[in-house]
Amino acid sequence: MNAEPTVQHALLLSVGLFALGALGVFLRRNIITILMCIELMLNAANLAFVAFSNHLGTREGQILVFFVMTVAAAEAAVGLAIVIALHRGKDTLDVDAFSVLKW
Amino acid sequence: MDFAALLFYAFGALALGSAIVVISQRNPIYSAFALIVTLCSLSAIYGLLGSPFIAVLQIVVYAGAIMVLFLFVLMLLNVKREGRDPGDGRTLKGVALALAVLLALQIGTVLMRARLGPARPLDASTEKMARDLFSLPYLYVFEATSVLILAALVGAVALARKDS
Repeated sequence: MNAEPTVQHALLLSVGLFALGALGVFLRRNIITILMCIELMLNAANLAFVAFSNHLGTREGQILVFFVMTVAAAEAAVGLAIVIALHRGKDTLDVDAFSVLKW
Repeated sequence: MDFAALLFYAFGALALGSAIVVISQRNPIYSAFALIVTLCSLSAIYGLLGSPFIAVLQIVVYAGAIMVLFLFVLMLLNVKREGRDPGDGRTLKGVALALAVLLALQIGTVLMRARLGPARPLDASTEKMARDLFSLPYLYVFEATSVLILAALVGAVALARKDS
């Protein structure tokens, strides 16, 4: 068996992290933990970009990771501001409590 | 197996293990600290995959800025432990686990079947990355990103204001 890390091993790690992030979004009911699971999924995508960039010998993937990181920072800032606004209205962070948009 | 390969698998296992801790904790503070461990292990993996710039950026932006923001909000709001599921929690958890496994199988199948060809050498030093980022195809995207950050800044202040 070949024990050297290949691009497939990094991609498998990325798939595992993405599935764990998705599972966390399903399982957890705290809105901040759900936001953290979304960050986990973004990181899994970043890992896939870096693995492909390393294998193909091009820098485009890493430049894309740079932009994904800035978008993730903007997303975290706006998302946490929304969380603070929601907490002010309902005094809870349980996602089941925020159902005003439900028909 | 050489030392770099050993490090790769060690940090990969650490990333997966702490990701499991992130989603299995009921207390969000513990989740946040476990997520910091995941992000730092991923930074080490980026370094081992020949991307020092992204590795440092991962520490500075994710562990340094985003996670501090998360911890700040968690402590500001004084978040309690998540309560028990009110209804039939076990079935829902089973369905969620099955969906996550299905998702992993689907993405894994697609990624493993990709014909990638032989590996090519990569030069991703910080100087090369900077030249790419500040030269023409990506310069416009870079400038647009600064507008995005400004919009997020103004939006976050407007959303979190008291008298809105």
